[in-house]
Amino acid sequence: MASHDHDHHHEHGSELSEMQLRVRALETVLSEKGYLDPAALDAIIEAYETKVGPHNGARVVAKAWVDPAFRQALLSDASKAVGTLGHVSRVGDHLVAVENTQKRHNMVVCTLCSCYPWEMLGLPPVWYKSAPYRSRAVKDPRGVLADFGVTLPQDTEIRVWDSTAETRFLVLPMRPPGTEGWSEDKLAELVTRDSMIGTGLPKKPGEVS
Amino acid sequence: MDGIHDMGGMDGFGKVEAEQNEPPFHAPWEGRVLAMQRAMGYAGAWHIDHSRFAQERLPPATYLTASYYQRWALAMESNILERGYATAEEIAAGHALTPGKTLKRKLTTDVVKAGMTRGSFYRQQQGPARFAIGDRVRMKNIHPKTHTRLPRYVRGRAGVIELIHGCHMFPDSVATDRGDNPQWLYTVVFDGAELWGPDADPTLKVSVDAFEPYLDPA
Repeated sequence: MASHDHDHHHEHGSELSEMQLRVRALETVLSEKGYLDPAALDAIIEAYETKVGPHNGARVVAKAWVDPAFRQALLSDASKAVGTLGHVSRVGDHLVAVENTQKRHNMVVCTLCSCYPWEMLGLPPVWYKSAPYRSRAVKDPRGVLADFGVTLPQDTEIRVWDSTAETRFLVLPMRPPGTEGWSEDKLAELVTRDSMIGTGLPKKPGEVS
Repeated sequence: MDGIHDMGGMDGFGKVEAEQNEPPFHAPWEGRVLAMQRAMGYAGAWHIDHSRFAQERLPPATYLTASYYQRWALAMESNILERGYATAEEIAAGHALTPGKTLKRKLTTDVVKAGMTRGSFYRQQQGPARFAIGDRVRMKNIHPKTHTRLPRYVRGRAGVIELIHGCHMFPDSVATDRGDNPQWLYTVVFDGAELWGPDADPTLKVSVDAFEPYLDPA
């Protein structure tokens, strides 16, 4: 954690406990009103902490890398294609997969709020929901990529998808060279969350054991 | 509304800083807020566009300084109060003082998975699509005072229809309780220079998803 974050938490320590009290009061009221079942809230939190995460998207990407028919199906109707994979949780109706190529790099943002393919990638990271990312991604994507340590060739088209409706975008990154013959499971280890948002690239073969 | 939430293209917010090994939640209450939001959504208490609109109406300084889940909590309180699910006295007391309203269903442990799966936003189409893939369109220069999903940075700009997503419920109507009012939804792509002028990155293309009422032929 960056040092300024550390300071931030100290400054707002009392505010955080105030939030805890406020949220607890809200939950008690809504439960007593009969709207909520606290046990169901526990189950939702547990699922977000343990089950939903970028491993779901990574499985989809790895399959598209090894299976040309699946790749084609994914690019033509991602919700339908992902629905055929038993091991990935069901996704909503509006998933669109966009493919990186030598000529084009895709990047996803939500300038108006925080729209994100949760079912594929889990909870969005704080930076994705932050003002710096939301403001700059559509205007200076190469500058944003530099913040992530990513430099692309000067002639690569950068395509930014602003998620302004209920469509959700999943970037299909390019398969790294040097992975010929790799299994789907091993390939999935190369697929990072950020590579499926478009702010990163997959790991290189040497970066996984 | 022309609010602080509409951030595309603003300067001055600084670098994007990613946190290494970020935990799912930074405090236990954040998880409770997220789960409550899911549960109230499943119960049909309000729609996601009501949550977005409630956040957009926060004072700009609050919007910028509150954390993400603080904004969610504030928006949830607004919707609870405005829609009569509880009173300010009850929230202050931390206890219900009267019985709740009847909701269409309740999220219980046996249906948690359903509560975490996104619903469909498709709706029955009301007529043929006005535009086809490849058509040039210009985004309307409109400034509704209420919720809209048309960002400022594309208003008045011309682009090309690239995808057609079918008919979807229209957030501008839903957020103000005027019904689903289904509309055709398109991906419209713009050249960087159309949005940001001659100094734009020449390799940049940006798209938004735009509902038909936002578009004019170009």
